[in-house]
Amino acid sequence: MNPFIAILRRELAVSWAGGGGPLVAIGFFIALTSLAPLALGGDPVRLAEAAPGIAWLVLALASLISLERMFERDFEDGALDLIALGPAPLELAAFVKAIAQWATTQAPLALVAPLLMVALGAPWRLAPVALAAALAGGFGFAFLGGVGAALSLGSRRGGVLIALLVLPLFTPPVIFGAGAIEAFAAHLDWRTPLLLLAAYALAAAALCPFAMAAAARNALS
Amino acid sequence: MFPALANPARFMAFSRWAAPLLGVIAIGLLAIGLALDFRAPPDYQQGYAVHIMFIHVPAAWMSLVVYACLGGASFISLVFRHPLAQAAARAAAPLGAGVTLLALVTGSLWGKTTWGAWWVWGDPRLTSVLVLFLFYLGYLALDASLDDEARAAPATSILALVGLVNLPIVHFSVTWWRSLHQASSVFRADGPSMPAIYLAPLLTMALAYMAGFGALWLVRIRAEVWRRRAQVRAVRAAG
Repeated sequence: MNPFIAILRRELAVSWAGGGGPLVAIGFFIALTSLAPLALGGDPVRLAEAAPGIAWLVLALASLISLERMFERDFEDGALDLIALGPAPLELAAFVKAIAQWATTQAPLALVAPLLMVALGAPWRLAPVALAAALAGGFGFAFLGGVGAALSLGSRRGGVLIALLVLPLFTPPVIFGAGAIEAFAAHLDWRTPLLLLAAYALAAAALCPFAMAAAARNALS
Repeated sequence: MFPALANPARFMAFSRWAAPLLGVIAIGLLAIGLALDFRAPPDYQQGYAVHIMFIHVPAAWMSLVVYACLGGASFISLVFRHPLAQAAARAAAPLGAGVTLLALVTGSLWGKTTWGAWWVWGDPRLTSVLVLFLFYLGYLALDASLDDEARAAPATSILALVGLVNLPIVHFSVTWWRSLHQASSVFRADGPSMPAIYLAPLLTMALAYMAGFGALWLVRIRAEVWRRRAQVRAVRAAG
């Protein structure tokens, strides 16, 4: 079988095993969003203004929660050794892992993000741009997050460490993603930030697999 | 790093006199810079607050210079597996974090006196320096959390290189973000070019910071080399 397909099928199957896969991330996303009106006060005008920003902040945070499982579980049970010994290069495996991470966490979150934004009071016409931005931004989050997950293999403080390593790297996607929605709402040029966001995500997809593979190889050695 | 200094014994012989020499140069330049600083007249707009500039601006420059050193040493460490380069990268990180924190704190003090606010989110430089500080913190946290030194070295090097690639992008994105928000009207739009009476102490202070960083960096690399030698001896003594 084609190694790309084989690893992808395995990753997708494993993501549902024990823990409900994407549903946990979506639950976290909804729970976090429900706190936003409570923290900001119930004023509908203010909430509607802040809705795209809140949705992006929560998307970035929710992208973090399943990162720890991306490499750690395979590292502990020896599956990562087998993948490294297999015919496919570790770079390809890391690429596919990040794609699977996107498909099972960030893409479902991207589908929910516009709904939550509208629920907070943003107008419906923003939903298509929000969906496109969340899909592209989430793609970048999955790859950048994978680098943090691979680097923290074998460390004593997995989750919090990944967050500290990865969140500064999320700065450009958050700026361009929230900026695209804001520009669209203000009838400004929204294509430029969206294209910059897509460019950042694609550059991450091109470069991050090498960093992930180098870090994983280092942890296995 | 210079190829001749890649040999640890030669590096130790060189840094033995280079570190104190750079330290003396740094103290001398600091004294000259501060003397020139006190002679500079108060700015017609900022008053005496302009003196913060001579502490703040070189610190902000150094925060980037040190990250470049960290990235360069990490690259050599990762590609050539050179232990001295790894020691240099590890030694540079806390110094960089310290100088970045100094830039943030003095910038905040300066901002309070001239703009009337401790922190202005609309300014791209403030936000990108804060992200740079977070890059340093991430490096230090990763270095501290990996017990096995042989494994920590490549991991921290990869992180430093990822940060090096991302720094210009972060800076660009934050600048773009600011242009969208149009928040800053408190800033003079690149006022007139700086008169010599301010430029002279500023450049002297920048050189002083540079020499000071060089001295501290060499001392910290020496300490790292000694620590490793002590470790080897301890292992040997334990049999």
